[in-house]
Amino acid sequence: MKNTLKKIASSLNSLMIPLVALFLLLLFNLFRDVSFFRITLDDKGVLSGNLVSIINSASELAIIGMGMTLVTASCGGQDISVGTVSAIAGAVFAKMLLKAFTVITIPTILLSVLVAILVTILFKLFNGVLVAVFRIQPMIATLILYSSGRSIASWIIVDATTKIEDPLVRYIGMTIPGSPIPTPIFITAIMGLVLVLIFKLTNLSLYTQTVGINQGAARLNGINPIVVKLLCFGVLGVCVTLASVIQIGRIGSLTQNTMLADIEMDAILAVAIGGNSLGGGKFRISGTVLGAYVIETLMTTLRSMNVDTSSIKAYKALAIIAVVVAGSPVIKALASNLWKKIREQVFVGTSKEAIR
Amino acid sequence: MSQILEAPRKKREKMTNTMLLMTISIVIFIALYIYAVLNIQGFDKPEMFLNLINENAPIIIIACSLTIVMIGGGIDISVGGVIMLTVMSCARFLNENQIADQTLGVIVTLLLALGIGLAFGLLQGSLVSYLEIQPFIVTLAGMVLAKGVASMLFEDWKVLQKAQGARNITNPKVLHEGFKALKNLKIEIPWLGYISPNNGKLIPAKIEIGAVIAVVVVICVFLMLRYTKKGRHIYAVGGNQQSAMMLGINVKRTRFFSYIMSGMLAGLAGFAYLIHDASANITSVGVRYEMDAIASSIIGGTLLTGGVGNVIGSFFGTMILVTLKKVIKLDPAIKVSYIQEMASGAMLGLFIVLQSIVLSTRGKGKMRLPEWLKFGKRTT
Repeated sequence: MKNTLKKIASSLNSLMIPLVALFLLLLFNLFRDVSFFRITLDDKGVLSGNLVSIINSASELAIIGMGMTLVTASCGGQDISVGTVSAIAGAVFAKMLLKAFTVITIPTILLSVLVAILVTILFKLFNGVLVAVFRIQPMIATLILYSSGRSIASWIIVDATTKIEDPLVRYIGMTIPGSPIPTPIFITAIMGLVLVLIFKLTNLSLYTQTVGINQGAARLNGINPIVVKLLCFGVLGVCVTLASVIQIGRIGSLTQNTMLADIEMDAILAVAIGGNSLGGGKFRISGTVLGAYVIETLMTTLRSMNVDTSSIKAYKALAIIAVVVAGSPVIKALASNLWKKIREQVFVGTSKEAIR
Repeated sequence: MSQILEAPRKKREKMTNTMLLMTISIVIFIALYIYAVLNIQGFDKPEMFLNLINENAPIIIIACSLTIVMIGGGIDISVGGVIMLTVMSCARFLNENQIADQTLGVIVTLLLALGIGLAFGLLQGSLVSYLEIQPFIVTLAGMVLAKGVASMLFEDWKVLQKAQGARNITNPKVLHEGFKALKNLKIEIPWLGYISPNNGKLIPAKIEIGAVIAVVVVICVFLMLRYTKKGRHIYAVGGNQQSAMMLGINVKRTRFFSYIMSGMLAGLAGFAYLIHDASANITSVGVRYEMDAIASSIIGGTLLTGGVGNVIGSFFGTMILVTLKKVIKLDPAIKVSYIQEMASGAMLGLFIVLQSIVLSTRGKGKMRLPEWLKFGKRTT
């Protein structure tokens, strides 16, 4: 009993930054406008409201963040090509669906997603081989696809924008009729559950951390760092494809030149806000997902305050700086010292009284 | 036995990895340039080489700033945003305060550019070094902040222009006479020029002020990193923080200093950009500059892990990148724009892999400190 309590306490401690940030943001909204929290059923029987839309629209970020956490943990660096590779994944998906199958049914959609996942994994393995075998720093190895990914997508699918307005595809990004919860939330939950099951039930979590902390020690203990790193990049490939398909379903068209632009920066930010070290090693996927929700809550708050679109970026940056300053090791140490002193004084005071 | 006796005489000083990486980048640049001269029209004139420096002076300057930060073990991705903010605010400042004295106007603008850079350097440096936050996140926030403020300034400018009844609002252009004179001030070198085939007149090769600033910055930063105490401290801190601390180096202050240098150089790069372009286009200024600068530093032999690197190498790294872009742009065989981007990506990949292979054939991937930084005599 005591052990489980301790475990919960330690996991809460490592999730401190995103939880506190989320709490502060929600508290701010509570004082600003209580109607921010209103959730209603609209006439189509779908839940709507700020909280639902936050969880819904953070799905892509959360899914990509999961993969990014693994890559960060094992390689000690970040993949900056996720946004451009998602364009490739979308192009492959659209080409398979529209040019190869031409009919849109559930099996063809599933097959197209499968093909897109395979192609994306190949691209990610290219990055992975550069990182794991050639020992190039991840940011540079992925710079190649970062600068050429969107043009590869244009080369795969020739048109500038491709409309995919079939209701079956739209269900992926919107809601399935009869379900009150938007589909992306389900996909995020399933993806998170699968990853947690795979990584917690097997030793993979331990292996990934070991490779990230000390590659040489991992190799001496019989873990193959190359395989672990390639696996992490493969998982990231799956995540990127899912995010891309959700995005296509949400918009109803493929715009490979602007699709999921700048998501790599937000994903890295989510990883960092989630309390993971960007230098590799220990990781917590739940932290990253919370980090993604923090970012989306921040954006929704700014939008609901009617902040000008041109200045929303500046406010976002200030809020991010506030979050990272609050979560910085120095401030944390100061706070815990202060807490200790207060507790000691209170404790000493009461004990003295007891003696008297 | 005889081998052992002869060994000390035959042994020659082994090249450090910094030198090796720099040499590779110089060799690649020369090979690329020879290919361009032989195959692509226009590269046979020395003017082309000078133009490459003229056009890309800001990238050369921020490659220097990234080299400093990366040697110190950090990273700064805010430079592109700082350039955008500097260009936007300097252009608006010059237009809206009609400073009569022309030299004074230019000097005040330069100070404004450096001041903006310094402000970002102070903010990011204090967050990274004294509050120990991860540099990527801090400078990412800095980039978003700078771009956000720049677009706020731009929207504000648009509203002002509309109020004044202007039509065709595009982007702020510098109208200040003194600055225009600086833009048009070019150093002419007649003997590097060529005779125009149309009218037989001699067209001299020109060097712009921005290019002069860039070259001076490269030389100054090189000397600073190599011969001053501060510069060597940066290498030591990036190479191994613990041992640097034990040697009595103030790690936090050194790191803080590297970010201040980086910020100020980014401000200067913004000034150089304004000299070349004289207008502030919000959609194109500084976009992707940070990635170009990081890539050129790395091609030039700087490691993201810190402690290894050289500014001269970064200069050649930048030249490789921009030459590659120009070659692909001018190559008659490649016309479609997306194939151009794919080709430049493929070439970048080729260089990176080549570098990695050359490195792994010798030191087994292990990096060492530059030779001149080692303390005391080498054993063995």
